[in-house]
Amino acid sequence: MRDALPLVWREIPERYNLIGSTCENCKQEFFPQRLICPNCRRKGNLVPKKMPDEGKIFSFTQVHSGAKGFENETPYTLAIVEMPNGVRVLGHIVDAQPEKIEIGTKVKAVFRRIFAEGEEGIIAYGFKFKVAD
Amino acid sequence: MVNGKVGIVGYGAYVPRYRITAEEIGKVWNKDGKRTGASLGVSEKAVAAWDEDSATIAVQASRTAIESGRINPNDIGAIFIGSESKPYAVKPTATIVAEACGCSGNLTAADFEFACKAGTAGIQACIGMVASGMIKVGLAVGSDTAQGRPNDALEFTAASGGAAMLIGEGEPLALINQTLSYTTDTPDFWRRQHAEFPTHAGRFTGEPAYFKHVSTASKRLMEKVGTTAKDYTHAVFHQPNGKFPVKVGMDLGFDKKQLEAGLVTPLIGNTYSGASMVGLAAVLDVAKEGDRIFVCSYGSGAGSDAFDITVTKYIEGKRAKTPVRRMIEDKEYVSYATYAKFRKKIKDLE
Ligand SMILES: [Zn+2]
Repeated sequence: MRDALPLVWREIPERYNLIGSTCENCKQEFFPQRLICPNCRRKGNLVPKKMPDEGKIFSFTQVHSGAKGFENETPYTLAIVEMPNGVRVLGHIVDAQPEKIEIGTKVKAVFRRIFAEGEEGIIAYGFKFKVAD
Repeated sequence: MVNGKVGIVGYGAYVPRYRITAEEIGKVWNKDGKRTGASLGVSEKAVAAWDEDSATIAVQASRTAIESGRINPNDIGAIFIGSESKPYAVKPTATIVAEACGCSGNLTAADFEFACKAGTAGIQACIGMVASGMIKVGLAVGSDTAQGRPNDALEFTAASGGAAMLIGEGEPLALINQTLSYTTDTPDFWRRQHAEFPTHAGRFTGEPAYFKHVSTASKRLMEKVGTTAKDYTHAVFHQPNGKFPVKVGMDLGFDKKQLEAGLVTPLIGNTYSGASMVGLAAVLDVAKEGDRIFVCSYGSGAGSDAFDITVTKYIEGKRAKTPVRRMIEDKEYVSYATYAKFRKKIKDLE
């Protein structure tokens, strides 16, 4: 399981602080980070950019059969969150009763554990979303 | 005076959303939980969710402090995290907080451990570094997901939560006039390496431990700055339960009204390293310019850090965006089974 370590480490800016990219040429923003702007190709220039930490639920689903490593957390809610900059991000919704989760519900990024590699491995942290007050 | 300039330039707290009542805990052990809770002065306690730990709590509190105090994370030159429930036995929580708060790498960082007072020890370290000109702003956090052994008295109080204080100069929302500590080697509570739950010395934890250290540090600080209890608008003491802080406060000459704003343990339990700091955050949420605040922490082992603080006119612009009382009210009750799952008290859960 320690194979995940390089990836966990590399993804820290993205997972902790929602660091994506913005193209200096066409101004479009991307998350996760991209190497090449799909609009501008060689003319584009992508630089790191922090995404807004608030958005609205674009769509969501209740997961009853959890992915590997998340089996004990079911049922949990996964949502696609649309940020004010148009970027859509997939994330868990935490601390919410199901009836509070609807399309259009305002959510805010919070810092949580994503997974732990067994009892002795690394703990991966990152963003999840919580219904905003 | 420390130097007349150093103070709190931002603050934030975090209380998890879930609660378990003393009654619910009692049910599992065939005890009258309501009565046990009443005797401890704690009716319910805050429970961190499945995916929360002392690092995530520290990050949430620190982000609130940075945002509310409008501090540039690049100005933070030191981060000290006080906790006795670290996610890693070896690997600092402070680096996780630094990264998650967008700080530059140009800072010193470490985790402190001194039972329930590691957070205030961090505040003192930051005061020294700021006042000496070593750093511009320091971040001190007290954060815990405290665990009590199942069916132990501690299980009724051991809770999760934390608070962060940014220490700096230039427009502080509260000046730290003076701080002083009292420390002795007193084995009232401990957890050995690799042990899952702490051990406490029962009745021994009161008189020679909590009361002796809190009252000695408090009296000495008031002597040093020439104040009496009457000079303070608010007083916050470490609150391992709902009773100790009230008793020690009254013994020192404070009245219930002075203790009210900062007394949060009856509603969220003992957040250990977070306890006195969450209490201070709750006071800062309601304090006005000119209010004088007395704070005294306590950590088993044992020691107390006392602080004499004066609120400034900058408080209005820097109040925490998420007040402690609102987080206390925003709650959802869980059963003992859910609590056992969230806190991984069931073997084999990580
Ligand atoms: Zn482009």
